[in-house]
Amino acid sequence: MFRYSSAFVWLGVAAMGLTTLPAFAQTPNEVLATLKTAAAGEPNFQEFSAARGEQFFKVKHGKEWSCTSCHTDNPAAQGKHADTGKAIQPIAPSANAERFTDMAKVEKWFKRNCNDVLGRACTPQEKGDVLSYLLTVKK
Amino acid sequence: MLKTDKKFPLAIAVVALMLGISLSAAQADDDREEGYRSAGNSDKHGGKYGGENRGSSLQTIQANAKWKQECSNCHIAYVPGLLPAESWRKLMAGLDKHFGSDATLDASDAKEITAYLVDNASNRWRAPTAPLRITESAWFKSKHDSHEISPAVWKNPRVKSPANCQACHSGAEKGDFSEDKVRIPK
Repeated sequence: MFRYSSAFVWLGVAAMGLTTLPAFAQTPNEVLATLKTAAAGEPNFQEFSAARGEQFFKVKHGKEWSCTSCHTDNPAAQGKHADTGKAIQPIAPSANAERFTDMAKVEKWFKRNCNDVLGRACTPQEKGDVLSYLLTVKK
Repeated sequence: MLKTDKKFPLAIAVVALMLGISLSAAQADDDREEGYRSAGNSDKHGGKYGGENRGSSLQTIQANAKWKQECSNCHIAYVPGLLPAESWRKLMAGLDKHFGSDATLDASDAKEITAYLVDNASNRWRAPTAPLRITESAWFKSKHDSHEISPAVWKNPRVKSPANCQACHSGAEKGDFSEDKVRIPK
């Protein structure tokens, strides 16, 4: 009986360990490098620029929302969904270690949010500029 | 050793008891609603609220992990029983224009989540309607009309929108909308 009980306990401990391990597939810098490979293949490619990314992040692009409508002017702060009011965790990697660690998730959200903010997909150049900016934001 | 052996069945019993209590509470709430206003609400479609009734059980005992994860980014994950299957099919087919936002999913996630929503949709919806907004259904309107909820409540910034179920229904994400747990913020 004792053996069974302790086996259960260890199984539980092992399961908890697995679920709490951070499963980040990539680092934000690796994501940036992937974006750079994509951007470098485009005509008129310029080195990524944090300043251009900041500008892009903070202005409106002909529609109702800018990036800051939900993420606020400070990417290290907690944001709030412009429609629903639901809390959005900080977008800057310095303030939120989960950000930009999964390329599929990065592309999913760029697709959605660029459609909402610009009414089109963002270019790899624009994505790289924005991530370069976000990587300069201190907590 | 003795302690470990004794604690196990005790823990299981406690969990079972808690499950039993919450299930029976949900059931009780539902039964009360059945009797509530039953007169005058049945019509040609049969059933209450002109046939636009939410499911008899909303509790997400076996919630789909993908649904939970993907549908709770911008709002709470609304439990499937709040709408009929056809509403969920329509909604999931139009995620590129989801109430003004792009909420597209990759094809395999969309398929899995649609199946979960459709399989667990309202089992009491008799009308041939399929609204996209939960707030447009007859049961919702009846439960939240101006006799039940003062119009001022919706203007409270802590409520903000009728889409914010959890502002008053703290158990909304688990599908717990029992009336005795409603707390309207001041």
